[in-house]
Amino acid sequence: MPGGGASGAKLVASGAVPLLLVAVLIAYVSGPGSNLFDLGEPLPEITIERVDFADSEIRATIRNTGPMAVSIAVADINDRIQPAAIEPDRFLERYETAVVRVPFAWNVGEPYTVGITTDDGTRFERQIQSAAPVLEPGWGLAATFAVIGTYVGVIPVVIGMLWLPFIRRISRDKYRFFLALTAGLLLFLGIDSIEEALDVAGQNLAGSFNGTLLVATVVVLAFMGLYYSAGRLAGKGAIQPAAMALMVAVGIGLHNFGEGLAIGAAVGLGSAAFSAFLIVGFALHNTTEGLAIAAPLSRTKAPIIRLGLMAAIAGTPAIFGAWAGGFAYSPFATVIFLSVGAGAIFQVIVIMLKWMRSEKDSSLSGAPVVAGIAVGMLVMYLTSILV
Amino acid sequence: MRNTKTSTMMVTVLAAAAAGSLLFVLAPASEAQDQEKTFFTHSGGVIKTTGDVLDPMYAVSEVEFDPSQFLREFHYGKTSIMEDGTTLREFTIVAEDHLVQEISPGVFFNVWTFNGTVPGPTIRATEGDLVRIHFINNGSKSHTMHFHGIHTAVMDGVFEIVGGGGGRFTYEFVADPVGVHPYHCHVMPLEEHIAHGLYGVYIVDPAEPRPPADEMVMVLNAMDTDFDLENNFYAANTIPFYYQHHPIQINADELIRVYVVNMVEFDSINNLHLHGNLYHYYPTGTDTVPSFYTDMITLSQTERGILEFEYQFPGKYLFHAHKVEFSEKGWTGTFLVKEPEA
Repeated sequence: MPGGGASGAKLVASGAVPLLLVAVLIAYVSGPGSNLFDLGEPLPEITIERVDFADSEIRATIRNTGPMAVSIAVADINDRIQPAAIEPDRFLERYETAVVRVPFAWNVGEPYTVGITTDDGTRFERQIQSAAPVLEPGWGLAATFAVIGTYVGVIPVVIGMLWLPFIRRISRDKYRFFLALTAGLLLFLGIDSIEEALDVAGQNLAGSFNGTLLVATVVVLAFMGLYYSAGRLAGKGAIQPAAMALMVAVGIGLHNFGEGLAIGAAVGLGSAAFSAFLIVGFALHNTTEGLAIAAPLSRTKAPIIRLGLMAAIAGTPAIFGAWAGGFAYSPFATVIFLSVGAGAIFQVIVIMLKWMRSEKDSSLSGAPVVAGIAVGMLVMYLTSILV
Repeated sequence: MRNTKTSTMMVTVLAAAAAGSLLFVLAPASEAQDQEKTFFTHSGGVIKTTGDVLDPMYAVSEVEFDPSQFLREFHYGKTSIMEDGTTLREFTIVAEDHLVQEISPGVFFNVWTFNGTVPGPTIRATEGDLVRIHFINNGSKSHTMHFHGIHTAVMDGVFEIVGGGGGRFTYEFVADPVGVHPYHCHVMPLEEHIAHGLYGVYIVDPAEPRPPADEMVMVLNAMDTDFDLENNFYAANTIPFYYQHHPIQINADELIRVYVVNMVEFDSINNLHLHGNLYHYYPTGTDTVPSFYTDMITLSQTERGILEFEYQFPGKYLFHAHKVEFSEKGWTGTFLVKEPEA
């Protein structure tokens, strides 16, 4: 490419100049020019991200989420000062985390408040509604999570897919109704995921993470990424029903991974008594997810192996999610995965609506479609009351 | 061709920008220390850690304000005899409100002080003495000195506001009545001025002295370091847990006399419980006959009195607020009773 070097360099320079200027601005404002903006007193902020109840010890994972470095001075339980250890050390740079170990003979089932006081005497606290022993990773617990994941994810999806023979025999309008029903179910799941992500972000993430905007960003990124991949996957032609079903399964799988994370975390942190009643609720609620995969598949002759694969893609992530949430809980990761799940589901809805519109003599404002979406949302809402 | 190149470059530039902004987000982790440290829980457990120990335990050398010294330090002033034979005691007290002191290990708080400490100096006179206080306000806010006791209205330190930046006032009154009294700033908002530390103890001895004793002063006080109108730290003489880690050494079979003044704000009561013993209690110290023989007194704001006791048996004895919340936030200490000297 003759002559390309010089103009290429110019291009790089023109792209880099604004960035350089921003870098200079940042360096000046945080260095010599910092007193220009010395208008208010910056306040420290410590977020207690998680609290574990170990053998005669309460362990708090804390993060410096304030605008400056701080030193931790005091730990307390229920507003009573306790000698404690902080590892690796008491000095926390911005966003740095540490574990505070407070020797304390706690009682199962009682509420506790963990307090942390910084060097300027400001106290931060987090309340735990009911102390439960931290679950030590082991095969027994892994098996428990696998069972929970199976009941919540795999079994309901498989049961829901058993509607396949029924959907195969119904008339075209009724089929369109069920496809739209699927879109309605997915719409509900997507909104549900976002609500849960916002909830986790609000309760566990420090304000400086901008939880709501984090959720919005990840939802859009996941949507765009999958939309692009789906376009590549479909190529020039129309989307095949099998590909459609796969996309639905992937979307539901991502959603179930996020749901598994939340369940695993709730059990792992002892904040939820996981009752049989709750399992029944989840099972009913998630059976509809199987229907969502079955609907697009009904116009293909999918072999039983492929059906099994679809069920696995949609259902088993609940198990992996429960493991990840139970053994290595991170509120940040949970928010990310719930948001990715929401983005994936919205992407599937859009593809699905496009697909339905591309069919002959069909319109999205027809009675079967409108009724389907409405009934889908309603069914999900009613079954969600059980969860 | 050109297009691909441009887009590749834009991606590179964006990636560099993203990486650059990440550097601001991901602060460097501080270095972990490998050697293990050991500390003791309040119930005697021994815990090892590779990190730092969070324990309100003072080493004497770190203390800006030394509770051991304050405990037995009495200021009698510059003494002279006037023409009519009256003893004149002159004190100079400087108020400041800019000091930041370590009021619990690792916790730094803006204290407002009389002569640089919280509590201020313990002022002591004998009944009938003329007390003259040269008060200088070097603070940025207005301050006064208001003594509990009997004096004229203009010496009350309430309406005669002394401005900051070097304002002066001379308080003068006859030491009366006998007893133990607080003095404190009386500028509004009063709660703020007291809670920041502008208080001290004023003792008036009877003309016929009390029996000789090992005498000490305990100001029961507290600090609201995060301004939520609830105290974060409690103590006898400001520093939480100080006398627990540095026991007050006393002798068996020796009379101990403690002048106690409660200056805790925000909480409506405080109290004092002594272990392994009971004390004679003189409320406000105004009488020479004790009112109670007890191991537990309850004190409201600025309520005070004199405790007298002797220990028979050597050993370590706790004294603390039996409002256990206060003791678990620092208002606890020990007497170490030594064998009587042969």
